[in-house]
Amino acid sequence: MPLLSLAIWLPIAAGILLLALGDDRARAVRWAALLSSLVAFVVTVPLVTSFDTASSSLQFVEKHHWIDRFNVAYHLGVDGLSVWFVVLTAFITVIVVVSAWQVITERVNQYMGAFLILSGLLVGVFAAADGLLFYVFFEATLIPMYLIIGVWGGPRRVYAAFKFFLYTLAGSLLMLVALIYLYYKSGGSFDIAAWHRLPLPMNAQVLLFFAFFFAFAVKVPMWPVHTWLPDAHVEAPTGGSVVLAAIMLKLGAYGFLRFSLPITPDAGHSWAWLMVGLSLVAVVYIGLVALVQSDMKKLVAYSSIAHMGFVTLGFFMFNELTTSGAIVQMVSHGFVSGAMFLCIGVLYDRVHSREISAYGGVANTMPNFAAFAVLFAMANVGLPGTAGFVGEWMVILGTVKVNFWIAMIAASTMIWGAGYTLWMVKRVYFGAVANDHVRDLQDLNKREFAMLGVLAVAVLAMGLYPKPFTDVMHASVVELLRHVSVSKIPQ
Amino acid sequence: MNWQAVYPEIVLLAMACVVALVDLWAPGRDRIVTYCLTQLTLLVVASLQLSFFVDGFTLYSMQGMVVADPMGHLLGLFATLATMVTLVYARPYAASRDMLKGELFTLSMFALLGILVMLAANNFLVVYLGLELMSLSLYALVAMRRDDIGATEAAMKYFVLGALASGFLLYGLSMMYGATGSLGIPEVFKAIAGGRINRAVLILGTVFVVSGLAFKLGAVPFHMWVPDVYQGAPTAATLLVGGAPKLAAFAITIRLLVEGMSGLALDWQQMLILISVASMLIGNLAAIAQTNLKRMLAYSTIAQVGFMLLGFCPGVVSGNTNSAVNAYSSAMFYIVVDVLTSLGTFGMIMLLSRAGHEAERIDDFRGLARRSPWFAGVMAVFMFSLAGIPPTVGFYAKLAVLQSLVSTNVGGYIWLAVAAVLLSLLGAYYYLRVVKVMYFDEPVDIHPIEGGADVRIVLSLNGAAVLLLGILPGGLMQLCAQAIVRMFAT
Repeated sequence: MPLLSLAIWLPIAAGILLLALGDDRARAVRWAALLSSLVAFVVTVPLVTSFDTASSSLQFVEKHHWIDRFNVAYHLGVDGLSVWFVVLTAFITVIVVVSAWQVITERVNQYMGAFLILSGLLVGVFAAADGLLFYVFFEATLIPMYLIIGVWGGPRRVYAAFKFFLYTLAGSLLMLVALIYLYYKSGGSFDIAAWHRLPLPMNAQVLLFFAFFFAFAVKVPMWPVHTWLPDAHVEAPTGGSVVLAAIMLKLGAYGFLRFSLPITPDAGHSWAWLMVGLSLVAVVYIGLVALVQSDMKKLVAYSSIAHMGFVTLGFFMFNELTTSGAIVQMVSHGFVSGAMFLCIGVLYDRVHSREISAYGGVANTMPNFAAFAVLFAMANVGLPGTAGFVGEWMVILGTVKVNFWIAMIAASTMIWGAGYTLWMVKRVYFGAVANDHVRDLQDLNKREFAMLGVLAVAVLAMGLYPKPFTDVMHASVVELLRHVSVSKIPQ
Repeated sequence: MNWQAVYPEIVLLAMACVVALVDLWAPGRDRIVTYCLTQLTLLVVASLQLSFFVDGFTLYSMQGMVVADPMGHLLGLFATLATMVTLVYARPYAASRDMLKGELFTLSMFALLGILVMLAANNFLVVYLGLELMSLSLYALVAMRRDDIGATEAAMKYFVLGALASGFLLYGLSMMYGATGSLGIPEVFKAIAGGRINRAVLILGTVFVVSGLAFKLGAVPFHMWVPDVYQGAPTAATLLVGGAPKLAAFAITIRLLVEGMSGLALDWQQMLILISVASMLIGNLAAIAQTNLKRMLAYSTIAQVGFMLLGFCPGVVSGNTNSAVNAYSSAMFYIVVDVLTSLGTFGMIMLLSRAGHEAERIDDFRGLARRSPWFAGVMAVFMFSLAGIPPTVGFYAKLAVLQSLVSTNVGGYIWLAVAAVLLSLLGAYYYLRVVKVMYFDEPVDIHPIEGGADVRIVLSLNGAAVLLLGILPGGLMQLCAQAIVRMFAT
């Protein structure tokens, strides 16, 4: 069964169907969206359960002719690097559909449709084994996200939507030229695996490396091209923020894994200092920026950037522990940041404010909710036993082996992260009830409880028993590092 | 004498005269007889072109003045289809503006005849003949609302500048004639390849020919007429100017520069590089500032033409013509896609317009997603296609041209590709703005959308084509490549 194609096209077809359903049947639309997102999630489960962890090659491969003139194939497949993101995408989409159940009352069909289509496209990015196919999915995700931010967003949504779109487009257009260049250098092939074997002189590698860097650094985002993210997060509706943080940021990091590292290893090695430097700036400086935020969404947005700094740091340390750690961090950040944004959404739906100062003592009126929120906050800090700990620990451990001082600066995230997260928790959830809004708060309803409960289980499971995650990626990471360690400069 | 080579032209000419006569006696103010007869004629012409293209022959006729080759047939097919679609969009629009006269149909047919003549030209004079036939018909079409100041001004500008451009072209062609002693395109090619001709005269002639072509294409620095004509002309006429004629301008660029003067490619390629970069820069920058949608689309057309011209630049690199087929077929694909998308965007403007109201400001599209989610979606597809975002066909058009530049493996051309993508980033801004007003803003105009079933269906098909070709672009690319390969083979 073409599982990957199903995982891509099922939500897209469902999304188009919802668009056709019209916006006056909200109830039916919601159930249809939930059903199709659940089915799309179920389809992705066998990808992990029947995944051959011993193999580093692409699995569940589908290959068909697509554009013969440019030798572009509809070529799908997942390996240990990508398979978890396919599942994560489908999972988060279910959560997003549930989270919008009562909140979105206008143009419900378009909202649900946009998210389902977006989910299919995102799966496509992770499953594409052909360079052009990757690019098509990568770019196409901009359209639904642009509309989601612009239509259902906050007061400055137009500005945020444009900034989001133009920033990412600017980066990815350069990548397009790089892809075409590789197409010619490889003798007319868009096959990513063929590019991995392609010898390239150093100057070409450096140019390619930076073309890819611009595309992926914007998406990750790395300092200093991160400024679109706080705007996009703050203005996007809750679902948009969740997908942005949980999945779309991973596109950039995944691009580094799939393109930059294996295709231009020599340039990667010689510019690793820059990547490490930018990552450390993200960890430390952005961590400090997060500390002074008064808007909860902005705070979590900056915390996302800091956490993604760990991911890029892990990639450019070039050892197995840091690379696996970075990938684990990507998955765990998907759960944790998604959950953090959902928590903010829960509060926002009730009080309609994201300001930290508008809250205080929420734990008194919403004990169940506060329990969840504190759990996710702890995961965000990287408390052992939660998902957030595993990846950061692996990256720091691996980095110590390479360079103690880099590891020490990176490890300072434990302090900044604890600082901004716990301070926010203290101000929002603990203390005396601050005002009448908080006093009138209703605790979680069943829908919200289920949604946060599932995420809490995921966060704890990943923190307590991360072995399934690392097992799946082990073979592929080893293979990737083997590529990276061999010089591609023709002798 | 091979009459078969000119069957489509003969049918069109005969029927244009018949339609002009029939219209005098046809009853009814809605011109339904004239309209149906015109569409029927165009359908016959289109199917003739299609069957010729499928047969794939190349025929010379009229003492070698005319050539019927697959490239001409394919572009002819698209030009005819474009005219048919334009007339579908134009009929209700014209009816509500007192423009629905027999002349609209006759002149459209004569303009198309001019286009077909250009497509089939194998001789400088035939190029010029077709060009003038098309241009004169279009001048008259732009001026059809003679009591409208804007339209009259646009027609005047179009006429004066168009005549100037024709003069440029004719002057250049006369120099080529003086230097080579022939008007036949193959003979000129041979004479230039022979290499015993005074290059100074040839180069000067090339400069004038390129200027004339740039005028007709609307490329910088000969673009001044485009915004005024696009904005001033009634939208139906705008589409007649901005649709099929672009295909003809592409074809004569191929005929003159590639078929006739490829010996001078290294010279005219440099001119085209300048022209195309300037067009993308000025077109995209000026479009950002526009509030009038038609004027914005005019500047966007300038930028699009600039991008298309990039496809002509890498045909011959350091004396090597290996990349020629790749390059010219990419440019051809680009222009076909551009015409397809232009048809849709101007069709949308006509759909939203009604008696006494031109929906030509960007603000007229405010909140369209609430008034009609379907047509907002269709318009969004067109905008994303123009911006070159996948999965619309506009992306593959850009991809094709970019790969032709990169494939030269010459540093300068790769940087040209980088410049092109960065300039198209500017373009994304103003296309996105149209999407923004449709989706993010509240509607101000709450009139229901008029427009008959035929307009709605054709417009939807037009949007579907842009999207479906974006998912499966291979076929159309292959057709364009085939046409260019066959052109080189003969």
